[in-house]
Amino acid sequence: MNIHEYQAKQIFAKYGVPTPKGLMAESVEQAVKNAEILGGPIWVVKAQIHAGGRGLGGGVKLARSLEEVEKLSREILGMTLVTHQTGPEGKLVQKLYIEDGADIKDELYLGVVLDRAKEMPIIMASTEGGMAIEDVAHDTPEKIIKVAVDPAIGFQGFHGRELVFGLGITDPSEQKKFIDFASKLYKLYMENDAEMIEINPLVKTGSGEFLALDGKMGFDDSALGRHPEIEAMRDISEEDADEREAGKYGLSYVSLDGEIGCMVNGAGLAMGTMDTINYMGGTPANFLDVGGKANAETVAKGFEIILKNPKVKAIFVNIFGGIVRCDRIANGILEATKLVDVHVPVIVRLDGTNAPEAAEILRNANIANVIAATDLADGAAKAVAAAKQAK
Amino acid sequence: MSILVNKDTKVIVQGFTGKEGSFHAEQCLAYGTKIVGGVTPNKGGTEHLGQPVFNTVKDAVSATGATVSMIFVPPVFVADAVMEAADAGIELAVIITEGAPVRDMQAAKAYAVKHGMKTIGPNCPGIITAEECKIGIMPGMIFKKGNVGLISKSGTLTYEGANQVCREGFGISTAVGIGGDPIIGLSYKQLLPMFEADPETHAIVMIGEIGGDLEIQAAAYIKENIKKPVVAFIAGQTAPKGKRMGHAGAIVSGGAGTAAEKMAALEAAGVKVVVSPAEIGKAIAEVLAKK
Repeated sequence: MNIHEYQAKQIFAKYGVPTPKGLMAESVEQAVKNAEILGGPIWVVKAQIHAGGRGLGGGVKLARSLEEVEKLSREILGMTLVTHQTGPEGKLVQKLYIEDGADIKDELYLGVVLDRAKEMPIIMASTEGGMAIEDVAHDTPEKIIKVAVDPAIGFQGFHGRELVFGLGITDPSEQKKFIDFASKLYKLYMENDAEMIEINPLVKTGSGEFLALDGKMGFDDSALGRHPEIEAMRDISEEDADEREAGKYGLSYVSLDGEIGCMVNGAGLAMGTMDTINYMGGTPANFLDVGGKANAETVAKGFEIILKNPKVKAIFVNIFGGIVRCDRIANGILEATKLVDVHVPVIVRLDGTNAPEAAEILRNANIANVIAATDLADGAAKAVAAAKQAK
Repeated sequence: MSILVNKDTKVIVQGFTGKEGSFHAEQCLAYGTKIVGGVTPNKGGTEHLGQPVFNTVKDAVSATGATVSMIFVPPVFVADAVMEAADAGIELAVIITEGAPVRDMQAAKAYAVKHGMKTIGPNCPGIITAEECKIGIMPGMIFKKGNVGLISKSGTLTYEGANQVCREGFGISTAVGIGGDPIIGLSYKQLLPMFEADPETHAIVMIGEIGGDLEIQAAAYIKENIKKPVVAFIAGQTAPKGKRMGHAGAIVSGGAGTAAEKMAALEAAGVKVVVSPAEIGKAIAEVLAKK
């Protein structure tokens, strides 16, 4: 789960990680009021969406008067912001963050993520703040300092020294401030089961203070149960409505651009099915994992979600029953055809536990739109053919 | 021969009397797995599925001599269960539970490594030595005995791969579902040498996914150390960037961990890489015919 910048900064403040003063607004009037409270003389009006690259997309602007705050807020609030992380459809801006302007001397980068190879959190820092860190990693990897912290010992002095010397921070008082900043960030990363924290840029002010000018945080979904205060920060308007709806029924759904709807059990097989459709000249319309507890209701829901997409010309149901019993899926398909108007051909491949019983159920039902397939290759080929015919 | 587990392996179940634990332990017993007991706190001294129940793993180990534990406890108790197993001298813990927090697994794995305990999973189908020992949730009937070893991040792709191998007239020595979470136990790099050393295994199927770099590490290892033929499939060639595809580990970020990258690395290491999982069986038939 991801949160907004203003929410990340609330968590930063709780841990004593310095940030500029700021207030969230959901209307232009509120934005102006916030600016008055902050006092100025310079403010930054920032779009709050779950994506990076807001500045380049026109979602972060400097205001030098209250009139300007009002004008910019009117422009940004309600705009559809397109950045390199939103996709071409962009994201609607529904919240603003009004922040004190900072006296920026240097722009740095600081982040914490899990290093999967080392199996411990890693603190990443760079002097190239304000740029996409992916580009820095690609073009000038030597400018990224990586310090892995073993949670068994926690953040130690030497971790801090590796960071400040790596960044070329030489003033002892600045070193102390930066190390304190990084150690607090590590602490909040661990204590909140964060998946990643990114501060880009982290700025050094003219007076030698370090401030988190931006803040991006993502959390481990599996650990949200023990962090109700973070769960409460969830902004459902930032999430795909269909993906959320699917989630309620234990389905994992991601919509794609193609024409063949997929309903599969298991994430790996679901991706493998998409790959096979692609290999055979078709295009997958979605990723859909029905999970291990599929029943008639979840299958019907799956069809409903897939069929909401007008581009879908055929559906490929590919189940390899281990925990999931194929006869249950077969009954689910029958049930679904009663509940939902399945107006496209449905290619069904059921293999594994109780597959013969499932084949029997489908044969006896004899539904016009349902086509049986013998294996993965056969099913994908039939789905691709059906989608082509529908054009 | 086989790797890690066989017909003589003594297994206990942590979370034995729960709904999932009971259902799958019963299936494993029916398959022929030597489940010699289980652990459920406060149920010690009772019997379940005809086997003794213990309060602690230590009690279970000292009474039964079990060396392997199959873990079915709820997600937030997984780390505790893994560390308890390591502390009690278990040699291999197979963690089936899905949804264990990453931070917990980090600590549990570090502790297991320190105690010399191997782990498989979490969030995986488990391990099976065909027609001998099934420790997990896979449908046993598709695994016919044979000479192909299988390592997979994905549960259902394990079944798909094994099924194709068997339909081509071959069979499975041991299949290991390693799971696709950010932190997992045994991975390709540790399992490949076991299969290389196993005289019964003649070829290896490796099924990977987008995200992380385990497959890249495996490719480097194969190039230097593995003489047996390897067939590989990487799921997620068509997955969009930055989207989560079910498994927590399957996030492609910043260009690292794409299917294309992994496939190229494996091909360069002499692995036969297939672009669709539907080709796994045929590819195995090809590499074994060449031998």
